[in-house]
Order: sequence, then structure tokens, then C-alpha cells
Amino acid sequence: MSETPNADIASLSFEQAAAELERIVQQLESGEVELERSIEIYERGAALRAHCEAKLKTAELKVEKIVKGEDGQPATEPAGLD
Amino acid sequence: MEQPAGNLHEFSVSELAGSLKRTVEDAFGHVRVRGELGRVVVAKSGHVYFDIKDERAVIASIAWKGTAARFRFRPEEGLEVIIEGKLSTYPGRSQYQLIVESMEPAGAGALMALLEERKRQFAAEGLFDPARKKSIPFLPKTIGVVTSPTGAVIRDILHRLQDRFPRHVLLWPVLVQGEKAAEQIAEAIRGFNALSPDGPVPRPDVLIVARGGGSIEDLWGFNEEIVVRAAADSDIPLISAVGHETDTTLIDFVSDRRAPTPTGAAEMAVPVRAELKGDIDALAARLVSGLSRHIERRRTELRGVVRAMPKPQALLDLKRQRFDMIADKLDSALLNNAAEKRARLLVLQAGLKPEALRRDIRQRRERVADRSSRLVPALQRSMRDQRRWLDTLAGRIESFNYSKILERGFAVVRDSDGAIVRAGSGLAAGSAVELEFADARRQAVIDGTPSETGPAPAAASPAVKSKPKPKPRAKPKSPPAGQGTLF
Repeated sequence: MSETPNADIASLSFEQAAAELERIVQQLESGEVELERSIEIYERGAALRAHCEAKLKTAELKVEKIVKGEDGQPATEPAGLD
Repeated sequence: MEQPAGNLHEFSVSELAGSLKRTVEDAFGHVRVRGELGRVVVAKSGHVYFDIKDERAVIASIAWKGTAARFRFRPEEGLEVIIEGKLSTYPGRSQYQLIVESMEPAGAGALMALLEERKRQFAAEGLFDPARKKSIPFLPKTIGVVTSPTGAVIRDILHRLQDRFPRHVLLWPVLVQGEKAAEQIAEAIRGFNALSPDGPVPRPDVLIVARGGGSIEDLWGFNEEIVVRAAADSDIPLISAVGHETDTTLIDFVSDRRAPTPTGAAEMAVPVRAELKGDIDALAARLVSGLSRHIERRRTELRGVVRAMPKPQALLDLKRQRFDMIADKLDSALLNNAAEKRARLLVLQAGLKPEALRRDIRQRRERVADRSSRLVPALQRSMRDQRRWLDTLAGRIESFNYSKILERGFAVVRDSDGAIVRAGSGLAAGSAVELEFADARRQAVIDGTPSETGPAPAAASPAVKSKPKPKPRAKPKSPPAGQGTLF
């Protein structure tokens, strides 16, 4: 149900998605939305929320160290800090 | 006195220069001197040539390549330094010079003065302009860290990131103090910026340039122009965290944010995941309750409207009530009307005089009695007269019964229209007539011409005609009108 109207959400940053979610919640809470539209924006809100949660879930600390390759270009290797 | 000092040793120039060199080196084999740096020249060989001077004297100085590499800061004109080393000579040029073994800035005051001077320059260039500052992304995917791979700083940063919001960290290892530090730090900043966004190494969304606390000399690399310019040129937002909060380096002025500590830099770089999760959860809860409250409100509104809508029964009730009222009025109107009529009747009745009425009735009754008493005799008389009249009339009618006459041999002649023919002279020859005899009716045709009435049996009709003549005699005796004529 969210593929066509809410496809743009995938490209939103967490901040943008959260800000829009906030706006939608305020709109809904203000009660100034038509009933049909309220369900529409609720669905969008739900999609935004899922997007935000996905963004939050991918949090994983990965540490790499920059090393100069033989061509002089920077490359990475696991940092191995102790 | 041509040969005044015949026993004086005669040197060659080289001998004398060499002797001088040994004497200088022996006498000043290890000196400590304080002065201000004059012009500094770094030769291709890597040796560094400069003057050290005060108000009245200058001593040329050399730092061999190996020594210069160990400097904790880059020698710079105007900087007051304390140098340890030895004096030597350069016989080829008749020069003496100070061979530097170590060089330190002459106390914090000297460096601070230099720092202030540079700061003024960069500020005048606009490098510290607040308008140049970029905002730190809210949630970076990749964080580039420029610091030493060893030591507490990188660990502090990683720990704090882990606590708040674990991310992908790229560490660009650099020396954070010594003469090479500035160069490496600048290269790291430019190197991160040079990464292509879709290259094998992800380009960081934010940079942290960090170092732990230390003396002003230790931190001096972060005051170097190449570092300041690299930071100013960085397209990637840059957080600086050099030294302790009270330490100030020039990179702090040019960075987009200054963190008091490396840990603080990590806090600026990422939000707290748990808080965000909480925010999102709270928003999600409000989203759900917002929608349901929204719908509930609509439902309430609908109910209100429905309640406000008149019930069909109520609509009927109203009509019924009106009907009842009108019906009531109808009844009472009828009664009122009747009552009114009755009242009017009473008024009219009052006008009626029963006595007069009765008298009138009595008179009429008397007249009726009188008339009726006279009626019977009159009626009887009248009936007698009628009877008498009828009797005479009957006799006379009988005398008119022509069938009796027909029996006596007369006939009635009628023309083709059925009319009785009374005069024979009017009949044309050939006219069809009907003859009525006592027993039958026969058709006949008139023949010949009329002749005088006589006993001519040929013409039947004239004979008939003469017969009815006596009739009119009886007529004057007819009774009053209404009886009509018999013919």
C-alpha cells in the first residue's frame, strides 16, 4: 500500500523523515485534516516511522584505518586498535 | 723593529682557521642561547638555516636535517627560542655559526605572541568568519577521524560513538606532535576531502580532528598555517577537538564546530540513538492516537449532527399536533358556528309573535272549515252537473259515430295523404283515393269530371262529404276548457 505514494521516503535522511513524521503527527493531532486524507497521511506517517527505525537499526560501529596503497591512493584496512 | 717578534709562529690561513675552529669548538662546545629567530631557510637537502638574534647581535645557525626532524614545531621568523648546541666556524667564509642540537620555543609567552599574530592574520583574511561555518550533519553515515592511532583519543571517540550511535569510522592515522605533525594533519584533511563519494573508500560526512591535552608546544602543529588552511578548505564539515577545553589552537577557530574534548567531538558528530528511537516511538504512538482521535472526533461530530437531525417521528408528531389543533378548532368552530346560528335564531325567534301566528292560523283554519263545509255540496253539485253533461255528451258522441253511418251505405273518401275529402270538385281525374266502407278500406281512382251533387252512385266521395254537416250543432254545449276537442 505504500509503494507508489510513499516511494520517495527511501531517499529521505533520518532527519528529514523524522521531521516529516513530526509534521504529520501535528497535522493529525490538530484534527484539521479531512477523514480520507487523514488515513492517507497516517499511512505515510507509518512508512516514515518504518524508515526511521530502519535507519536507527543499521547502527554498528565499524572502524577502518586509512593506509596509502602502492599507487598512493588511500585505501582502508581494519583498524585493529588496542 | 723590522722583526719585532722573531719568535712568533707563522700560521698558514688554513692553520689559523683550523686552530680558531678548534678553539671555538672547545670553548663553546655546549651552549644554551636565547634569541629571536630571523629569516628561516629550509634547504633542499633538508638542513635548516636561520639566524638567531637580539637587538645588537646576530649569530648564523644551522639545524642539520636529522635535528630539524625532531623539532616539535616549525621554526618561524620572529619566534623567540632557546637553542642548545655548539659553536663552530665555517673556515671557507670566515664565518662562525651555531650548530643547533635542540631548539625550544622560549616559553609559552613567545608562542602565544606568535599565535596571536597568526590569528590576527587569518581573521583578517576572513577564515574565521561565522558565515563560512558549515552545519554538522544530523546523522552521518561515515565519520572521518584524524588523530593518532595510538593513545586514548581515538578510543574515547570510539567509545562515545558506540554509546550514542555506532557508525562507520575511518581513521586517518597521523602524528599529532612534532615537526611532521602539521604536514600529516593537513594531508589527512585534504585526503578525506579528495575521496570520491562513490569510490572504494566512502567519503566521510563529517571529520573529527583530535588530539589529547598537552603543552602549547605539543599542540603547536594545530596552529600551523597548512593545517589551518586545510581545515578552512575542507568541504566536509569539521569538528576540532584539540587539547583540553582551555587550550586554544588555530584549527579551533577555523573548524565548523569546536569540541572541548575528543569525547565531546563524538557527541557532536552523532545523536543518541536511544533518544531518537524514543522520539520515533513517541511520534509513532502520537500518530496512531492522532488518527484514532481524529476518527473519534469525526464520529462524535457525526453523532452530534445525527442527534441534531429531527427524527421522522418527530416530524410527523409536529404535523400531527398541528392537525390536532386544527381538528380541535374544526369541532369547536362547528359548535361555535352552530351556537352562533342558534343565537341568531333566538334573536329572530324573539321577533316571532306566537299570538299573531296563532291568530293567523285560526283565521285560516276557520276559512278552511268554511270552505270545506261548502266544498262537499259544491262538489256534489259539480259532480251532478258533470254527470249530466257527460250523459248528454255521450249521446251526442254516439250520434257522431260514423261507423254506424257507414253501415247505412255511406263511405269515407280519403286522398293519398289520408286526409278526408269533403269536396269532390277539387279532385283531379286520376287522383288515387281510399274508400272506407263499414267493413273494409278500398283503393279507388277518380274518373271523369265533377258534376252536381245528385244521386250518382259513381262518385262516392261527395256523398260522404255531405254527411258530417250536422255535427257543429252539438259543439256549443262543450264543458269548460281542458277537455279539448274531440276532432
